[in-house]
Amino acid sequence: MAEPMLKPPKIAISPVDWMRRNLFSSWYNSLLTIVVGYLVVTSVGPVFSWLFFEATFLGTDSSDCTGTGACWLFISQRLNFFIYGFYPDEFQWRVNIMFGLLAVCFVPQFIEGFPWRKWFGLFGLTGLPVVGYFLVPGGSFGLEAVESSKWGGLMLTLILAYIGIIASLPIGIVLALGRRSEMPIIRGICVVFIEVWRAVPLITVLFMASVMLPLFLPDGMNFEKLMRALIGITLWQSAYMAEVIRGGLQAIPRGQYEAADALGLGYWKKTGLIILPQALKMVIPGIVNTFISLFKDTTLVLIIGLFDILGTVQSTITDPAWQNVAIEGYVFVAFCFWVFCFGISRYSQNLERKLDTGHKT
Amino acid sequence: MNNTKSIAAGAVMLCGVLAAPFASAATTLESVKEKGHLQCGVTSGLPGFSQPDDKGNWTGIDVDTCRAVAAAIFGDAQAVEFTPLTAKERLTALQSGEIDVLSRNTTWTLTRDASLGLNFTGTNYYDGQGFLINKELGVDDATELNGATICIQAGTTTELNLSDYFRAKGMEYQPIVFDTSEQTVQGFAAGRCDVLTSDRSQLAALRSKLTDPSSAKILPNTISKEPLGPVVRQGDDQWFNIVKWVLFAQINAEELGITSDNVDKMLKSDNPNVQRLLGTDGDMGAKLGLPDDFGYQIVKLVGNYGEMYNRNVGPDTPLGLDRGLNALWTEGGIMYAPPLR
Repeated sequence: MAEPMLKPPKIAISPVDWMRRNLFSSWYNSLLTIVVGYLVVTSVGPVFSWLFFEATFLGTDSSDCTGTGACWLFISQRLNFFIYGFYPDEFQWRVNIMFGLLAVCFVPQFIEGFPWRKWFGLFGLTGLPVVGYFLVPGGSFGLEAVESSKWGGLMLTLILAYIGIIASLPIGIVLALGRRSEMPIIRGICVVFIEVWRAVPLITVLFMASVMLPLFLPDGMNFEKLMRALIGITLWQSAYMAEVIRGGLQAIPRGQYEAADALGLGYWKKTGLIILPQALKMVIPGIVNTFISLFKDTTLVLIIGLFDILGTVQSTITDPAWQNVAIEGYVFVAFCFWVFCFGISRYSQNLERKLDTGHKT
Repeated sequence: MNNTKSIAAGAVMLCGVLAAPFASAATTLESVKEKGHLQCGVTSGLPGFSQPDDKGNWTGIDVDTCRAVAAAIFGDAQAVEFTPLTAKERLTALQSGEIDVLSRNTTWTLTRDASLGLNFTGTNYYDGQGFLINKELGVDDATELNGATICIQAGTTTELNLSDYFRAKGMEYQPIVFDTSEQTVQGFAAGRCDVLTSDRSQLAALRSKLTDPSSAKILPNTISKEPLGPVVRQGDDQWFNIVKWVLFAQINAEELGITSDNVDKMLKSDNPNVQRLLGTDGDMGAKLGLPDDFGYQIVKLVGNYGEMYNRNVGPDTPLGLDRGLNALWTEGGIMYAPPLR
C-alpha cells in the first residue's frame, strides 16, 4: 500500500472539548460520568489514605501501628520470613545470588538494544537452573546443605514456578509432536498421558504426591515432599503445554509440511527448522497464558504444607502479637504476584512484536 | 527354559530389592541417631502450639515437646527439623515414616489410637471446645443458646462436637461456616453471628483480634474433651516409651520443683527422686536407650512442663491461658505423670 502524501492535519482539542465529546455527549453519559466520578472520588481517597497516608511504616511491634491505616510494619518485620522461609540467615546470600542472576538475565530483555541480551536470556533458561541446582540446596563445592524443608516464601514460589515452566515446555513439545506422530504406540502413549493428566485437578495431583505416594513407596525410599510436588506440577503442566503447542502445530498450513518434504528434509530437520519455529511463535500468547496460570497455581502447595509466599503469610497473620494484619498480608501477596505475572506478560508481548514476521493478517 | 529361569531370577531379585528396606529397617531411635536430628510434624501455624516467629524459628508448646525429645536423645534441643503438616496429611506423614513424631495438636480418640497404626504417647495439653459470645446478648451459660447463629470453622471436629452438643440438649442453632480461623473471627466481628465456637485454647487469641476485645466474653462451658498430645507409629515400643517418658519427665520435674534455672543446683540434691530424674543416680536413661542424664538435658534445655506452658500459652503470653486442667494434680489440675523410678 502506498504511503499517503500528507499526514492528516492534527486536530487540536481543548480539554473542555474532549470532555464534552467523551464524557458528556448525552444526558445519560453525563449521568454515568457523574455517578462513576463520585464513586471513584469517594473510594480512591480512603483506599489511598489506608495504603499510604495513614499507614505505619516505621516502628518495632504492633503497638506502633495506628489502627486507622495499613500496618506495613508487619510486612517489613516479617519480610525475611516471607522471602526466604526457614532458609538459615547465614546462607541467604546464596539465594540472593540467584535473585540477582534472575534479574541480570531477564531485566535486559525489556531494554531495547541491550548488548548480548539474547545470550542473557539463553543463560537464564539453561545455565541459571544449573547454578541454582548447586547453589540453593548446597551440599557440594564446600557449601553447607540446606534441606528443602527449610525453603519457603517467595523463593519457594519462584523455584516451583521456574522449574515447572522450563521443564514443562520441552516435555510439552515432545508430547505434542508425539500426539501427532504416525507411530500408533507413541501416539497412544502421548494421548493417554495428556488426557489423564489434563483431566485431573492440580490439587488432586499434589495431594496424591504428598499423601498417597509415600504409602506406596517402600520404607526408607522417601524422597522429599518438595521434589514430589515439583514432579507433579511439571507433569501436570506439560500436559497443558502439549495441547497449546498442538494448536500451533495444527495451524501450520499443510503446504509447509509438503514443501519441507519436497526439499528432502528428514523428520527432525523438518520439525526443527520449518514447523516448530512457526508453530511456537504462533502460540506465544497461549504458552504465556499457561505460564502465568501455573505461576499462580503454585500457591496450591499450601494444602500440602509447603510454605510458599502465601503460606508464610497465612501462617503469620494468626500470630496473636499482631492485631488484624490479614488484609496487609494478602495485599502484599497480591502485589508480589502482580509484579511477576505482569512482568511475564510484558515480556511475551515484547517477544511477539520482535518475532512478528508479518504472517498474521 | 533358559528364559523362564532368568524371569524367575529377576522376580526373586525384584522381591529382594523391595523387601530389603523392610528387612534392614532400623528402630526409630537408631534411624534418628543416624540422621542426627529428629523429624517432627507440627501445624503450619497455630498460635501458642506451633508457629514460626519473626526470625523463622518455630515456637509453641507442640514445638517444645519435640525439642524435649531431641534434648533427651542428643543433648541438643536444636537437633530437630520441623515438617509443617495440614490436618489431612498429618497421620499419613507419620505412617509413611516421613516424620518420627507427630506433635500437631492432635486429639486423642479411640479410632485414631486403635485403627490407624498409631499410638498416642500422652497429653501435653488438655483442651476443650468453648464459646466466645457477644456481651450484649446477656447470655451467661451455653444452655441459653437456643436458636443462636454460630460462626465455625469448616471441616474440624469442632463442627461435629457442636452438633452433638445441641442435639443432646434439644436446642436449635444456625451454623455459619468459614474456611479459616481468621475469617471466622472477622465474621464474628462483623456481627454475622452471635457466638463463635472453637477450642478454648484459641478463643482468647481470637478474642484479642477483635477491635474491642472487651465487647466479647468466653462462656464457662466446655462441650468436648480434646486431649492433645504427641503421636508415634505403632510397632516400635522403645520409641513409644521414649516419647512418652520425655513428657513424663517434664511433668515430674515440675512436681519436684526442678526448673531450667535451678537444675544445676539440683544436681547436688539428696532427694532420691530428683537424683533419678537428673541421672545422678540409677540407670533410668539406659532402660529407655537414652543417656542417663536425659532428664537433666530436657529440663536444662527446654524446661519443665510448667515453664513450657507459661512460655507458650501461659498468662503472660498473648494467649493468656490459665493453667486450669493443665495444672499439676497437686494444684487442682489433672497433669499427672507416673513416678520415674
